[in-house]
Formats: sequence, C-alpha cells, structure tokens
Amino acid sequence: MALLEVDKITVSFDGFRALDSLSLSLEAGELRCIVGPNGAGKTTLMDVITGKTRPDSGVVRFADRNITNMPEHVIVGLGIGRKFQRPTVFPNHTVFENLELTAHGDKGVFRALFGGISSETRMAIERTLELTGLLDQRFRRAGLLSHGQKQWLEIGMLLMQQPKLLLVDEPVAGMTQNEIERTAEILATLAGRQTVVVVEHDMDFVRSIASTVTVLHEGRVLAEGPMREVQNDPRVIEVYLGA
Amino acid sequence: MSTTTAQWTGIVRKRWDALVVVSICLIAGIAVPLLNVLTPERSVFHVSDFLLTVLGKLTCYAIVAVAMDLVWGYAGILSLCHALFFALGGYAMGMYLMRTIGTEGMYRSSLPDFMVFLDWKALPWYWEGFDHFGFAAMMALAVPGIVAFVFGFFAFRSRISGVYFSIVTQALTYAAMLLFFRNATGFGGNNGLTDFKRILGYPLREPSTRAALCAITAGGLALTYAICRGVTTSRAGRVLTAIRDVEAKVRFSGYSTVRYKLFAWTVSAVLCGLAGALYVPQVGIINPSEMQPSSSVEVAIWVAVGGRGTLAGSVLGALLVNGAKSWLTAAFPTAWLYFLGALFVVVTLFLPGGLLQALGSLSHVRGLLAVGAGRLTHKKRAPAPTSVAVEEGQKPDA
Repeated sequence: MALLEVDKITVSFDGFRALDSLSLSLEAGELRCIVGPNGAGKTTLMDVITGKTRPDSGVVRFADRNITNMPEHVIVGLGIGRKFQRPTVFPNHTVFENLELTAHGDKGVFRALFGGISSETRMAIERTLELTGLLDQRFRRAGLLSHGQKQWLEIGMLLMQQPKLLLVDEPVAGMTQNEIERTAEILATLAGRQTVVVVEHDMDFVRSIASTVTVLHEGRVLAEGPMREVQNDPRVIEVYLGA
Repeated sequence: MSTTTAQWTGIVRKRWDALVVVSICLIAGIAVPLLNVLTPERSVFHVSDFLLTVLGKLTCYAIVAVAMDLVWGYAGILSLCHALFFALGGYAMGMYLMRTIGTEGMYRSSLPDFMVFLDWKALPWYWEGFDHFGFAAMMALAVPGIVAFVFGFFAFRSRISGVYFSIVTQALTYAAMLLFFRNATGFGGNNGLTDFKRILGYPLREPSTRAALCAITAGGLALTYAICRGVTTSRAGRVLTAIRDVEAKVRFSGYSTVRYKLFAWTVSAVLCGLAGALYVPQVGIINPSEMQPSSSVEVAIWVAVGGRGTLAGSVLGALLVNGAKSWLTAAFPTAWLYFLGALFVVVTLFLPGGLLQALGSLSHVRGLLAVGAGRLTHKKRAPAPTSVAVEEGQKPDA
C-alpha cells in the first residue's frame, strides 16, 4: 500500500487549471523528485498535500486516511513535514537548541518548565547533527550560519519531528556548488529510512540524488521513472530538458 | 575551537546578571534598613527615612521591570498595561490597610472614610474578607493574575500580536482607570485609598516598620528574579524566545504558542500584583492615576534603557530611570518629560540592546585594545568580532 496517494486532483485559480486531474503515488521509504517548468503545478501540489490549498475535486490519501480537507496543523500532526524554500530557523538559539526545540515529544508548558532533556532526544540530536554535517556548529547561534547551513539545519529540525513524509521545496536554490553536493548527500542518506519528496528546478542536482523522477507539465504528470529514462523521453526534452 | 566572543561575553553576562541583582537585594534588603535603624541620626553611615522610602519604592519598580522583561524581552509581547496589574495588587493591599484603620478615621466610623462621605451605610460585598491580611495578600496576586489570564486568553487565541496587542492593552488600562475614577465603583474614586495607619498591627509611621517593608520588598525582588530566571533558563524560556523570533515556526513545530504566551503573561501580571502590594504600604496611597497609560509606557522605557532580554538590565533600568526621576522632578520639575523622551530616543537609536549590552561591548572594546597592544601573551582571549564571517568559510584569499 502506498504511503501517499494523490488521486485525480484538480485545482483551478480563476479558470486557470493549476492541477488537471493529477494522480501520483508514493511508497514508504522512497526518495522522489518532482520537476517541471515554472507554472507546472509543483508548488500547488505541495500546497494541496499539506492542506494549504483545497482542491476542486480529487482525493489525497496519506497512510490510508483521507486528508483532503483536513486543516494544516492536523496534517502536520499526522506526520507530514514541509520545508519551505526560504530557510526559517530560530536565529538567537544555538544549532543544538534549534534541534532540541523541534524534537518529537511533549510540547506542554509544564514539561518545558521542569523537564530536562531526555537521553533519547539527546541521541537523536547527535544523530541529526552528524547527518546534516553540523556537529562542529552545535554551539553556534543559528543566525550566524551560512545560507546552506541554515537549510541543512532546517532539514534537521524537520527530521527531529520524526515525520512519516518530508516535503522539501527547492532546497538548493541559492546554494554554492559545494553546498549543492553536500545537500544531495544528506538527502540520499535519508532514502530508504525516510520518505522524502523534493521539488527542484536544478536538473544536475536531481541527477545527483539519482531517484525516481516525476515530471509535471501544465498540471499533469508528463513522465515518471528513473532519471535516465525520463531524461531521454522526447516529450520531456521538448518541454523542459531541451531548453 | 576556542571560546568564541559570543560565548565569552555570554558567560560574563550570565554572572553579571545574578551578581548585580543579588547585590541590589542585599543593599536594599539588609544594608540600608540596618543602617537606617541601627545608626544614630548624626552618623555619616546613617540612611535617612526619606532615602529608605525611595529605595523601597524603587525596588517595587524593579520587580515590575523584571516582570515586564519576562513578557517583552523574552516573549516579545509589549504590554502597555503592566501598571494596571501593579495597581490592582496595590488596591487589594490598600483595601486591607483601609479596613485596619478601624474607627480611627475622620468620621470615627467602622466604614472607610470615603464611604461615609458618600453616605453608604454598609460595606459593599466585594470588600468582604479584606479585613484579613492573608485574604488581601492572596487577592493582590490572584486578581491581576485572573484579569491577565482572561484578557490574554482571548487576545492570544485571536492571534492579536505586535503593535495591535500593545494598543489593546493600553485601552484596557485606560478603561480600568476610568472605572476606578468613578465614586460608585467603590474604591474611593479619584482620591483612591489613603490615610493608612498600620499593617499587621505595626504602625506605618514607625521607621522600623518602614525598614522591614523595604527589606521584605528586596526579598520580593529576589524571589521575582529567581522565578523569572528559572523560567527563562528552562526549555520553556527557549520556546518563549523562539516565539518572539519566529512564532509561526514554533507553531509548525507542534507547540501551542497560546499556552506559552498565556503562561508568561499571567506570571508577569501576578508579579506586578506583588510589587503593587508591597508599594502601597510604603507610599501610603493608591489612586487611579497609577493606571494611566503613561505609567505603563514608563515601565517599557525602564526595560528598554536597561536592556531587553537581560533581567539584571531591567532592574538597573528601573533603578536608574526612577532615581533620575526622583532627582530631576525635584531639581527641574518642568524638564522631566523632555528628559524621559530624550532618553527613549537616545536608547532606541544608539543603544538598541540597552545599557547592559552597551557595557558589555565596552568591555569588548577594551579587550580589543588589549589585543592591539600585544598584551595577550599567556591567555587565549576572545577573537575579534570580524572573525565571525571568516569562520563561516568565507575565508578571504590569504
């Protein structure tokens, strides 16, 4: 059974069909890249999955539940984490504290006042620091990190929430070549352990994480499959890659 | 990596914080009361009764400043009604002090003088219980707490924040002031409550009573500081500062930001009530002018001057600004408001972090000068601030 199933979703804005009866299915543990030219409906699709936009018709199922018309925070609670394009971290907290604040667990005032940090949380933070390559930045104020480091920290913060599905919006926009490679490594490490959807423009980046690719065009799925096949699909070359 | 500048100044500031507040509490709580009571009046060490009362008052203001810093400096909620919570605590204590006058008032009645004057025959129901100190003390904390909780619940739940929240709080204190100005409200109208005789049987005119009140107030400041420091250094404190910086992200991380804000807001109001209850027996009067919007604005200025987000800074701010006020209103009565306005402008423009941070960067500058003079031979000191950019891997081609 698929973890996420998008079934014939249609969304239109003032007559413009942003998504046109789009269907998509995602297995647990998969790393999926969604690509497509501007206006193909990538961001709208993310908005529909996270409950930000209500579709005109169609159904979104997550872990066997219909989540189509659920409010955003309930969907977050079910285990869908989304990383927006612009990094948002807590600038005046250290990297460690940023991860601690978002860690899975009791978020009540009482526990926050009197409870210490559990050894499981501490270990989860250590693992995340290692995964994101921020071990030696742990006591640094997050506001002082570089753009790339902030993006990795935010991916780490989302991982601390133990989401079942992680949606990542254009993670490498504005990154240097080194940072892009590092990001590809981080996401590739997650494959198999964590279900991840990456929306990205940068084709080199998508190639480097070597995953299944879904190409969107004018609100529909144009092609889907391993990067090598999709790359050679003449329709894809025509609308997107050929450029 | 050696200790960075930020960590170094952080450590200094952490110690400063407790050090400054503890010494102020010791001075106001032990040294000054003892010097007032034990030394003869001619002695150079003698502290006058006037100075003792001023210090007691300032310590009350310092409690309000710490409470304000908790919500403004840490949680980013600029309250313009902290004087209301202060006054509510003051009124609760004032009601007890009115009841202890007994039949010694001007009209020799068992009712407070203003009620006799208004020709009231019986005590209103809401004055019941205030004959007892314990009940009054409890109400001094509970009433501001409940008012803050109910108001905060609706305001935070409706996601009113920033300047809109500040405006609503200002309207709240203004409305309360108009309510308390009415004679029919039953708290002495514009004269308020005054002419107190004794507290718990001790005459308020007696210097020893005043010395004891000053000492207790210092204890109150120590307690307030301990509570606020406990909150701000816990994970809840880190959640509060995160709410101040990026509230939406905290919400997405699964926290109910309403509950956290409501918690800090209510604790802050209760502490203001404590300050008000300690203030009234020392100054001998409480009236609705305490609830003026400008009083609450002044509280914000104390905290801004001292340094938002540093508890010791807010204490220093309250003491400095009010000390200056005591002196300037006597020396140049018309110039005080200009001075206050100028102070606010200067601090906002040139010292956004307040005095404490300015002192911190001053010691930092001295550290840099020491580096320049090549005096740093035996110890690794803090690196220069410019090295921050370099550390991030944007190394200039060397």
